Amino acid sequence: MKLRKVLIYAIVSLCLALPAGVFAEPVTINWWHAMRSARGKTVDTMIEKFNASQTEYKVVGTNKGNYDETMNAGVAAFRAKKQPHILQVFEVGTQTMMLSGAVYPVYKLMKDTGYDIDWSNYLQAVLSYYMNADGKLMSMPFNSSTPIMYYNVDMFEKAGIPVLSKTKPISWDELGAITKKIVDSGVAPAGMVTAWQSWTQVENYSAIHNLAFASQANGYKGLDCELLINNPKVVHHIERLKGWADDNRFMYGGQKYQGPKSEFLAQNAAIYMDSISGIAKLQSSVKDFRWDAAPLPVEAWMENPQNSIIGGASLWVLKGHSKKEYKGVAAFLKFLAANDMQEYWHKETGYFPITLDAYNDLKTKGFYKENPLQEVGITQLNRAIPTEISRGLRIGYFVQIRNIINEELEKVWNGDKTPQQGMDDAVARGNEQLRTFEKTYK
Amino acid sequence: MIKRSFFKSSYLPYLLILPQLIITLTFFYWPALQGLIQSFHLSDPFGMQSRFVWFYNYIELFTDPLYLRSIFITFTFSLMVATVSIFLGLFIATMASRALKAKALVRTMLIWPYAVAPAISGIMWLFLLHPSYGVVALGIKRWLGVEWNPVLNGADAMVMITMAAAWKQISYNFVFFLAGMQAIPKSLIEAAAIDGASPFRRFWTITFPLLSPTFFFLSVMNIIYSFFETFGVIHTVTQGGPGGSTNILVYKVYQDGFVGLNLGSSSAQSVVLMTLIILITFLQFRFVEKKVQYTG
Repeated sequence: MKLRKVLIYAIVSLCLALPAGVFAEPVTINWWHAMRSARGKTVDTMIEKFNASQTEYKVVGTNKGNYDETMNAGVAAFRAKKQPHILQVFEVGTQTMMLSGAVYPVYKLMKDTGYDIDWSNYLQAVLSYYMNADGKLMSMPFNSSTPIMYYNVDMFEKAGIPVLSKTKPISWDELGAITKKIVDSGVAPAGMVTAWQSWTQVENYSAIHNLAFASQANGYKGLDCELLINNPKVVHHIERLKGWADDNRFMYGGQKYQGPKSEFLAQNAAIYMDSISGIAKLQSSVKDFRWDAAPLPVEAWMENPQNSIIGGASLWVLKGHSKKEYKGVAAFLKFLAANDMQEYWHKETGYFPITLDAYNDLKTKGFYKENPLQEVGITQLNRAIPTEISRGLRIGYFVQIRNIINEELEKVWNGDKTPQQGMDDAVARGNEQLRTFEKTYK
Repeated sequence: MIKRSFFKSSYLPYLLILPQLIITLTFFYWPALQGLIQSFHLSDPFGMQSRFVWFYNYIELFTDPLYLRSIFITFTFSLMVATVSIFLGLFIATMASRALKAKALVRTMLIWPYAVAPAISGIMWLFLLHPSYGVVALGIKRWLGVEWNPVLNGADAMVMITMAAAWKQISYNFVFFLAGMQAIPKSLIEAAAIDGASPFRRFWTITFPLLSPTFFFLSVMNIIYSFFETFGVIHTVTQGGPGGSTNILVYKVYQDGFVGLNLGSSSAQSVVLMTLIILITFLQFRFVEKKVQYTG
C-alpha cells in the first residue's frame, strides 16, 4: 500500500519536474472553415504541407459545416472566449466582421509579425473587396470566385449557333437571339437558367455596368447607405428576363445553385450562369454532352465593361491570442499565398489563384492552354481596374437583403408583381434592414 | 384502500424535486429569459455592443406586412398538417385494427415513416414533386394537364410541404389511435353489431367518442409539431420560398437569427412564437377539452 503511494508520487513529481522542452509541442493554430468534400480534402492537403514544412507551428483545420454554420460557430466561440485563430467567413459577412471589433486586421498582423507583403501582387478585384475605407486589407482572401456563363456545346451546334469567345463577352441582345434559336429549334425546353439570381443578375449585373448597388460607394463609405437597385437599367434587365421567362428563353430553377444546375445537367436549358467554382463539379458530373464557358453577357451600350465582383470567402484572424500564436498565423497565411499553394488550390477547385505571380506562373507553364476554361473568370475579373462601384459591396444584414431580393424576384417571375414594383419593394424592405443595422452600430 | 406515503421531514420532498427543478430552470427558464431580454436589445453578433431599444424589434415586426403574413401562413400550414395527418392516421388505424393476416408485420411497417428524419422526408417528397425531376410531378403535368410548379407557385409549394410534413406524422397518430382503439371493449362494438348498427355508425357512436381523449392529445401534439418540428422539411424543400409563401415563423426565426445574425429581431420573433403556442394550447385546453370524454 505504502509502496504504491510512493510510486505514484514519484511518477507525478517526475512529470512535473521535467523541463517543458522535452515535450516541446508545436504551437497549435486553429482554423475553422466551411470547406467540405473535395474542397475539404484540398484544404487538408494544404494544411498537411504546412505542418510538414516546419516544426514550430501546427495548424489544425476543422470543418464547421456550411458558411452560415461556420460563421455562427465562430461568433458563439468568440462569445465564450474559445475562438479559433482563423475563421473563414463568406463574403456577405464581411461588413459584420469588419465592424465586430473582434478582428485582428490582416495588414496589421503581417506588419506586427514582420512579414513584408507586396499587396500589389494580388488580384486587385479580390483584394479590394476585403479592404477598409482607407484601403487597408482586413482579411486574407482565400476562396474567391465570380460568375460566368456555361453553355451546352452540343445544343449550340444542333441549333446552328457558333461557339462563344472565352474573352469577349456577347451582348444581352445577342443572348436573346441565341436563346430564341434554342427554344424555337426545340433542342432544349428552355434557353437559360441562373444560379444565385441576386448575385449574378443584380449584384454582378450592376458591377459590370458600373451601376451603384447602394449609395455611399456601395456602403464602403458609411452605414447610412441605401439600396439603388430599382434604377431604370436594372429594372430593364429584370423586365427583359421576365419577358424571356414568359417565352421559355429563361427558366427559373430556384434561389441557390442546386436547382438551376440540375436543369443544366438534365439538358433542360442550354445556358447556365454560375460561379467559376462550378467548373470542377461540371467536369466530374457531365458525361453525356460537351460544354464550355464564356464571360457573362454585357449590354451593347457598355463599351468597356467593368470587372465582375467576387463571391466566396476570406480568412479572418480573431483577437485574443498570444503573440507567438499570431506569428504562426502570419506564417501560415503567407504559406497559403505562396505560388505553389495557390496554383494547387486553383487547379483543384477552380477558385482564383490569389496572386498575379501564381497566375502568371501557371500561364507560362501553359496551364491555360490545356485548361482554357479556368481562365474565363480571371480575364473577366481583370479586364478593368475596379471602380468605387465595381470593387464590391459592403452591406449590413446582407444575407437578409439577398433573401428579400430573392423573394421579390420570385414574385416577378410568377407574375405577382411587375419588375418595377418588385425592385421598388426590394429597395424599401432592404433599406429597413440597413436602418436596423445602422442603429445597432451607432 | 388507497396507500399513502407520509414524509415526516418537510424539506425532503423539496430536495427530491430539486434536480428536476434545476434542469428546468437552467434549460428552459434561463434561455427563455435571455431571449426575452435580448428581444429588447439591438446587438451585434459578437456581443461587443448592445443597446436597449424598448419595443423597437417588436414594432418593426408588427409593422412588417410580411411578418403578419408569415403568422397567417403558419396557422394555415399547421391546420392543414394536423388535419391531414390526424385523419389519415385515424383512417389507417381503423383499417389496421381489423382482423388481418400478418397483423403485426403490417402495423410495424406502418410505423416506419415516423423514424425518418424530417429532412430526409423533405428530400424524398422533393424527388417526387419537383417540377423538373419529380416523378409524380411529371405525371401530373403529362396526364392530368395541371400546371404544377412549386418552385414558382406558392400554393403548390404549400401543398408540397404539407404533404411532406404530414406524411411523417401520420405514423405517430396511427400508433396512438391504434392503442386507443384496442382499449375499447370489444363487447360494446359486438353488441352494437348484433343490434344491427352499420360499421360507420358503430365507429361514429362508439369508437369515436371513446377516442376523443386521444384525439385531443394528438391535436395538441400535431399543432406543436407543425409549428416547430417541420423546420427540416421547409429547410430542405422550399427554404421559405417561393416569394416567402412557405416562410413559417420558426423558419424565419432561423433565417434572421442564425443565418442573418440579427439577434434582436430573432429573439423578438421567438417570444412571439412562444406566446402564440402558449395561447393556442391554453385555448385548446379551455374550450376543446370540455368536449372530451375521459371515461367510457
